[in-house]
Amino acid sequence: MKLLYFAWVRERVGKGEEVVDPPASVATVADLMAWLAGRGEEYAFAFENAKIIRAAIDHAHVKAGTPIAGAKEVAFFPPMTGG
Amino acid sequence: MPATIRLQSADFDVGTEAALLTRGRTDIGAVVTFTGICRGEEAGAPVSAMKLEHYPGMAEAEIARHVAEAEARWPLLGATIIHRYGRLLPGDNIVLVATASSHRGAAFAAAEFLMDYLKTRAPLWKKIERADSVSWVDAKSSDDVATDRWTEQRPAAE
Repeated sequence: MKLLYFAWVRERVGKGEEVVDPPASVATVADLMAWLAGRGEEYAFAFENAKIIRAAIDHAHVKAGTPIAGAKEVAFFPPMTGG
Repeated sequence: MPATIRLQSADFDVGTEAALLTRGRTDIGAVVTFTGICRGEEAGAPVSAMKLEHYPGMAEAEIARHVAEAEARWPLLGATIIHRYGRLLPGDNIVLVATASSHRGAAFAAAEFLMDYLKTRAPLWKKIERADSVSWVDAKSSDDVATDRWTEQRPAAE
């Protein structure tokens, strides 16, 4: 599964994208954030306040409880500030 | 309905884009354009530049969903949305929303709807550069309120 990070989430993680293979117990977007937070200091920093981080699966916004099964691309980013 | 959605680093010309919406047509009676421009001051302090980051692919897809929603709500005859990314200077154009309809009501309402959704739903992020610091812009709760009001009303067609 491909992960993408944007804005300060990208800066904290230290990379814009990567491919990961989380264990089967990681079922939802929230699970994935918790799993990522345990991968090292930079991830813990990026996901320390997971409630404010937004997620998208395959180019569509999703909520934290959304299952990740079948997702090709999952993105994490702060609340949007375009326009 | 013809819709143009572009994410680009280059500048755009409002007059050219508005003219493209109406070219060769006589059914359009109203074109509304909104242009968002980079300010030289934010929260009372000077801004030297603004950097816009976007999520390629999703930005276009998300804006297309907003355009489809606008088209379902109002009798639109055309829409153009252009959002720039990269480093912009005070005075530079950031975003264009142009809507066309037979009458002004739909064009005004749809342009405002699209702008409100763009600010809170389109995957774009602003970073502000000042003389002594660089910081990501915080999302404003007032923008969420502006977006939420569209879920509480179904506006009239005109």
